[in-house]
Amino acid sequence: MRRSMLFLPGNNPNMIINGDVLGSDSVILDLEDAVSPAEKDAARILVRNTLKYLKFENCEIIVRINSIDTEYWKDDLDEIVPLKPDLIMPTKVSCADDIRTIDAYMSEIEKKHGMENNTVHLIPLIETAMGVENAFEIAKSTDRVVAMFLGGEDLTADLHCKRTKVGNEISYARSRMVSAARAAGIDVYDTPFTDVNDDEGIRVDCELAKSLGFTGKASISPRHVSVINEVFSPSHKDVDYAYEVFEAIKTAKELGKGAIALHGKMIDKPIVERARQVISMYEEIVRRNGGLD
Amino acid sequence: MNKVVNSIREAIKLAGLKDGMTISFHHHLRNGDYVLNMVMAEIADMGIKDLTVNASSLFDIHAPLLDHIKNKVVTKLLTDYMSAGIGHSISMGIMDTPVEFRSHGGRPADIELGRTPIDVAFIAAPTSDTMGNCTGKYGKSACGSLGYAFPDAMNAKKVVVITDNLVDYPLIDYSIPEIYIDYVVKVDEIGNPAGIVSGTTKITRDPVGLAMAQMAAKVIKSSGLLKDGFSFQTGAGGATLAAAKFLKEIMIKENIKGSYGLGGITGYMVDMLNEGCFEALLDVQCFDLKAVESIRTNPKHQEVSATHYAGPNAKSAAVDSLDVVLLGATEIDTDFNVNVNTDSNGYIMGGSGGHSDTAAGAKLAMIIAPLSRSRLPIVTDRVNCISTPGRTIDVLVTQKGVAVNPANKELKQRLVDAAIPVKDIHELKAIAESITGVPQKLKKGDKEVAKVIYRDGTLLDTIYNVPVM
Amino acid sequence: MNKIISSASAGTLESSDVYIEVEPSENNEVSVESVVLKQFGDSIVKTAESVLDELDIKNAKVHIIDKGALDCVIRARLETALRRAEKENK
Repeated sequence: MRRSMLFLPGNNPNMIINGDVLGSDSVILDLEDAVSPAEKDAARILVRNTLKYLKFENCEIIVRINSIDTEYWKDDLDEIVPLKPDLIMPTKVSCADDIRTIDAYMSEIEKKHGMENNTVHLIPLIETAMGVENAFEIAKSTDRVVAMFLGGEDLTADLHCKRTKVGNEISYARSRMVSAARAAGIDVYDTPFTDVNDDEGIRVDCELAKSLGFTGKASISPRHVSVINEVFSPSHKDVDYAYEVFEAIKTAKELGKGAIALHGKMIDKPIVERARQVISMYEEIVRRNGGLD
Repeated sequence: MNKVVNSIREAIKLAGLKDGMTISFHHHLRNGDYVLNMVMAEIADMGIKDLTVNASSLFDIHAPLLDHIKNKVVTKLLTDYMSAGIGHSISMGIMDTPVEFRSHGGRPADIELGRTPIDVAFIAAPTSDTMGNCTGKYGKSACGSLGYAFPDAMNAKKVVVITDNLVDYPLIDYSIPEIYIDYVVKVDEIGNPAGIVSGTTKITRDPVGLAMAQMAAKVIKSSGLLKDGFSFQTGAGGATLAAAKFLKEIMIKENIKGSYGLGGITGYMVDMLNEGCFEALLDVQCFDLKAVESIRTNPKHQEVSATHYAGPNAKSAAVDSLDVVLLGATEIDTDFNVNVNTDSNGYIMGGSGGHSDTAAGAKLAMIIAPLSRSRLPIVTDRVNCISTPGRTIDVLVTQKGVAVNPANKELKQRLVDAAIPVKDIHELKAIAESITGVPQKLKKGDKEVAKVIYRDGTLLDTIYNVPVM
Repeated sequence: MNKIISSASAGTLESSDVYIEVEPSENNEVSVESVVLKQFGDSIVKTAESVLDELDIKNAKVHIIDKGALDCVIRARLETALRRAEKENK
């Protein structure tokens, strides 16, 4: 279950060592924008060591690496991949070839360290106009890509427009990303809401992203995590319905019926699949938090 | 009859202060207090020696007291709390007689029961009339409640009110009435307002603190105590105050009408009162300007004396009706004993205050503390100093799990049912040590520097000097 | 055996971090200032020595100013400082 992804600066031990208690489903240990060029080496070694020596409970680890037009990305992968983070987040990904380059290098590292190929997955950060236009190709580029993430800040700079709270300027990119990811059968994550003190704004922005089809949302502040989790969790109604679906299937089987209807609507494959997802998410939430808020 | 005298010196003389006597002070002016230093300077100048000082708390502003100790003007200290600046010197062993720590409830009890009689009490009063009717609610040095001063005023042989806002008789909205007061002294300033109360008390922005606070609110919600009539006290520091914020959100969302909030009161508790979470605030001490403003203007915000707050000898005290208290800790051991007296290196830097009183009284006494601070695990085999006995503590909330006192089986089950990550306290200790490593044990000195006396008068623990490395 | 050839530093003086300075010397030498010296002083020295061993460096004078950093952080900062000191100062 990955609803929220929380950015933590990769060179700040105090933030990293407590990363798994902030309620986020994933943490993104950032080697890119949060780290100045002079400290890239320090952050890389620090992140590598924390992955080596600390346990992160109930929390997926994503490491954001520097983009392939920098001198850092290979060193980043060399240090980090052997520690088997769940995901690597490559940055400024503009086309499928970017991912293929990274994929090939990761395969080399995995081989060198006796790891199975494709142990570490990818969640490309799409933050250029070119990346948005190539989103589907990127999503389909290799099996490593299991999700995509839209970065609104850099994108708006590339689009020559201003980033606003309402976000009309990225509405095309959002929809395009969702469509591309869903067509490729992978998850898709929305850009962070950057006003840390706007408690109402984060909720509105989450609800918008959810309504567009995003799986979840990234955050730059621990304060936003609980709202993101709440919005991207199934509702009580969703859960009740999902259980009803399986109850109806069971009853139909007992009665030997082929077609199954619930509340006058035929239950087809997508409905069953959706119900299955809702229940599995609900069970995970119950395990972690005891139930929905 | 004229109680107004011209100077502190004259009041000391008239009160008949002599070598070997006991004087007392309250701490409502906190780290802005000028009165203790002014009085002690006069006493030293008058050549009086060998005094016992019974101060409800001591802050770093009282550092001149250390010289009076060295010069034998003061030879014994009784207090409920001592900040690190004073505590460090005491821990070096500068006194021949150990300091006696009591709780905010234990202190008035021992005063009232004659165990620690006071010869002369000096009451700093932000406003007083000429006959000594006085209050903390008004004046340039307003501090709100004068709760801790009541037992001193009511039981000392002589009582001197020191004010910087002398008003005509009668002051109607008084806290302490003239019937106890012998002398009134007007001075220019009794304190520095900036050190008396904070402008606003802000909740922590530390994400780990907030995570613990959220967990603490969830524990309260799951405890079965959070229902109409709920009563509550919280510390003013870090995560405990943040927990109050999350608790408020739950109470408003679920429309729970509590009965009272207790303790040192902050603006956050005032907000809870104003938003209908409580019917009343019972206030022994105000921590910020919003609390001072509220106690002055809102009849539902009531001043209580230290005895009424926490006195173990009282026929009943407010802590006895308390449902939940949220407390901090510098250390807690696997028997749930809590240390709030000494720091990780063994130096005195605090004291019980109301910690052990509220823990004893509340149905649910919760400690909120991070699993480690600066690499030091919070959970130990045995705390360096027992400030609050483990049998009165129900729950420890950390960022990596919640430990329930095994004596409270019902609570444990409730929390497990709510999917709160309940762990054995030994397991929390092991988790902490797996992250931090196992610290080496501190070496204690062999000189007793302080005794911690429980609210029932028994000795809880002894603090030894910190040896120089 | 690896050699350090310049002086370098890594880390910060923020809480839970550690600031480490290294410079070339005849032998390895480790000194520690720490907010948890009483509890972890010996352990910090041992950690530093084990990092020097792992990197096979025998000519580093190491000064550690610790603000309560975990072992893995001390290891990371010392490794960073030593790697930097293996290169010429820019």
